[in-house]
Amino acid sequence: MKKTSRVAYNLWRRVQSWLTIFELSVQERLVYRGEFFLGALMRFLPIVTQILLWAAIFEAVGGVTQARIVGYSYRQMVAYYLLTMISRAFSSMPSLASGIARDIRDGNVKKFLVQPVDLLGFLLLHRVAHKVVYYVMALGPFFVIFYLCRGFFEGWPDGSVISAYILSLLLAFLLGFYLEATIGLVGFWFLEVSSLVFVFMLLNFFFSGHMFPLDMLPEPFRSLVALLPFQYLAYYPSAIFLGKVPAETVWLGVGVQGLWTLAAFVTARVVLYLGVRRYSGFGG
Amino acid sequence: MGRAFRVILTCARNSLVRELMFRTNFIIVTAASLLWVCANIAFYLLVFQYTPSIGAGTGWGRSQFFVFFATGLIINSIVHSVFMPNADLFSERVRTGVLDFLLVKPLDCQVLVSFERLDLSTGGNLVVGVALLIFSLIELGWVPGVIPIALYVIYVVCGVAILYSLMFSLAATTVWLGRNQTLYDFWFYLTIFGRYPMEIYRGPLGLPLRIVFTFVIPVLIVVNVPARLLIRPLYPQTLPEWGLPLFALAATAGSLWCCRRIFQAAIESYRSASS
Repeated sequence: MKKTSRVAYNLWRRVQSWLTIFELSVQERLVYRGEFFLGALMRFLPIVTQILLWAAIFEAVGGVTQARIVGYSYRQMVAYYLLTMISRAFSSMPSLASGIARDIRDGNVKKFLVQPVDLLGFLLLHRVAHKVVYYVMALGPFFVIFYLCRGFFEGWPDGSVISAYILSLLLAFLLGFYLEATIGLVGFWFLEVSSLVFVFMLLNFFFSGHMFPLDMLPEPFRSLVALLPFQYLAYYPSAIFLGKVPAETVWLGVGVQGLWTLAAFVTARVVLYLGVRRYSGFGG
Repeated sequence: MGRAFRVILTCARNSLVRELMFRTNFIIVTAASLLWVCANIAFYLLVFQYTPSIGAGTGWGRSQFFVFFATGLIINSIVHSVFMPNADLFSERVRTGVLDFLLVKPLDCQVLVSFERLDLSTGGNLVVGVALLIFSLIELGWVPGVIPIALYVIYVVCGVAILYSLMFSLAATTVWLGRNQTLYDFWFYLTIFGRYPMEIYRGPLGLPLRIVFTFVIPVLIVVNVPARLLIRPLYPQTLPEWGLPLFALAATAGSLWCCRRIFQAAIESYRSASS
């Protein structure tokens, strides 16, 4: 066999194995589709209290139609929370870090060391499959909620902004994945990482903009938070869509988000490499 | 009654011994739980940088709101310490069939499954809640009298009882559903409606929710009623204003009765999963 055709054949085999992993992960997720659908529906309930809470706050400031808080009108504030739900649907990785740490502790990670399947590649495909199933299942509820709340949006942004928004969401997914995977891979050194996961969750919740628009933070906290990667997990995509990022710096911000994602990818790879060298597995 | 009380005390002692066996874990979980509370306090401090109150003319200024928040913290930390681990354990026992061993014991099954385990790691939140309550009252410059304090304690107990009833009614459904992994989610998303002053529930969206979560699933009165008893000018002063606290007593009794009936019906439907 010629060298080029052998390379093409190996690549094709690899793509086939990726597709198989993806298909199996989708089927696994669909087993509990009822419970999954119920969970997806319930996740929308907190937005109801946010709508009412912020209406009360804006009323106290000067009225829901006139008042502004850090440049946000009431409608923009609610739209921000709705968009944050989408960002979080991309960047949140439930049980990823704890699952990796558990596999290291229980010895299940051995299978990735003896089989020609890359641990991070497998987990990424597994997560992509779970997210795809989630988006398909949650599409109906998302559509209904956004249709009912369409009055909170001031029309569609232009094509360039939408492109930047979609790219930012995809990068948020990859950034969230590699950050959490790195925390889980620390399990090669510390068998129990639950407290580390909790601290990460807390930082993520507070500094990603999930809880409130980061523009509300006073200086110097706002500038400090801008130096961390967390804002790209929820705040930044939403801010792009709402036009809170100046048009001339939107792509620069997406570029910085890309660099953070690359840094998280490299960190996860290095930690995995060092962790595997340190790992000892015994028994069957 | 005396025997049940002794069993509960023994269970509490066992839980304390278990917690002290894993002291580092206990400290880490307590610290993590406190950090979470601090993040929430920081969020509301930030909100009050931009607004004088929650709602125009509602009376829920910063200190008043933190009395409300502290009350919620106290009630939730009691529920999470005492009942949450037991509700979780109950679901697991039904699924695995271990509930059989509790059914044959000479004590009311509901008492046993409700108090068997204690999670003391969320007790730190209780301390923070009480400290925040005292600090907010000092900030308000008002020392409540003996009667408001006594009423406050009574209504905190009522709030705990309502949340307990809701939690164990949900946990009991495991008997029919077989698997109840969304219990925590459902619990979280239902009780989220009780985390805010009821004045925010206004308009075509808020009013129906206010009615449902006051009279059907009474989570809105859990924190609202006791918190108001400590705050002027929200303290009930006229006879109609006492309607809600009176209703809260009826709602507590009704919730406990419903929970008991659901639990008994679940136990009657229970078919052992073990061999």
